[in-house]
Amino acid sequence: MAKVLVVTSGKGGVGKTTSTAALGAALASQGKSVVVVDFDVGLRNLDLVMGAERRVVYDLINVVQGDAKLAQALIRDKRCDTLHLLPASQTRDKDNLTAEGVARVMDELREKFDWVICDSPAGIERGATLAMRHADAAIVVTNPEVSSVRDSDRIIGLLDSKTLKAEAGERMEKHLLLTRYDPIRAERGDMLKVDDVLEILSIPLLGIIPESQDVLRASNLGSPVTLCEPGSTPARAYFDAARRLEGAILPVVVPSEKKGFLGKLFGRRAA
Amino acid sequence: MNLLNLFTRRSSAPVARERLQVLLAHERSVIGNSDLVAVLREEILAVIAKHVPVERDKVRVKMDRGESMSLLEVDIELPEIPAGTKAAKVA
Repeated sequence: MAKVLVVTSGKGGVGKTTSTAALGAALASQGKSVVVVDFDVGLRNLDLVMGAERRVVYDLINVVQGDAKLAQALIRDKRCDTLHLLPASQTRDKDNLTAEGVARVMDELREKFDWVICDSPAGIERGATLAMRHADAAIVVTNPEVSSVRDSDRIIGLLDSKTLKAEAGERMEKHLLLTRYDPIRAERGDMLKVDDVLEILSIPLLGIIPESQDVLRASNLGSPVTLCEPGSTPARAYFDAARRLEGAILPVVVPSEKKGFLGKLFGRRAA
Repeated sequence: MNLLNLFTRRSSAPVARERLQVLLAHERSVIGNSDLVAVLREEILAVIAKHVPVERDKVRVKMDRGESMSLLEVDIELPEIPAGTKAAKVA
């Protein structure tokens, strides 16, 4: 039975698209069939982060409106053949995303894949509410920073009221993914700690992704960090998060780069 | 900034944490209440409609949150009943 996830945050720029790509690739590399769906109509970027920007022919809106079949719009990843992308439209208006059309496409995706991961646009408008509407579970991506935490709190409220699950009186499963975390600054008292964010938002922790050069490097290259640098600290954190999504019970550790004595010394000074 | 400032500078994360806790406690109650008002309005409408035909815009529900006391105001305007009884106004 397929599971539909929404990756959401309210605030922009916190790492929704990066996390969608990394988690999708991590689940797919464990042999699961996965589709990542870009809901950010007009500002699509998942294609770029996945390195498939030149392979887009049809998009989500074409499928929603019946101009293309789902199979025509799906792009299979060249590095991992169980990973697929359904891109958003760059030129059409988001009003073309109808509730009925999205429902039909989501039903079709559920039949084809083990995991359907919806990359939500920022904000709380139509695109964001449609992306979360059909989800079985939500990943709330949050940075340890006041505006991101506030917006996440708002999104949690919407997940508990505007989704099909919530409307049916069921409990919406929610997971916190803390991204761009810098353990050294948190320890020094200059960044909200993991426990601070958990206490404020009170949803279970899926993983902590450290601030890392590898993440930027991966998006420069158009490859999810879990495919391009699988041994890196952020990739290992994403792999653990993916295993937790599959039900594994793993202790969440604060990830730290493996550094020598000199690295530690200079790392602290520079931070 | 001299060296002394560097050592005595207060860490900023506890400030962030406290500001968020205060702000979110407020925002949750405001947003929660606006939902409560909408739910109450719908349910009151349904109860009235069982016995008297009433137009949707004739039922007004308002909530005032005060420091020590909160006030829920329900204003229902019933239609003219032809059998001689006067239209009632319940507040």
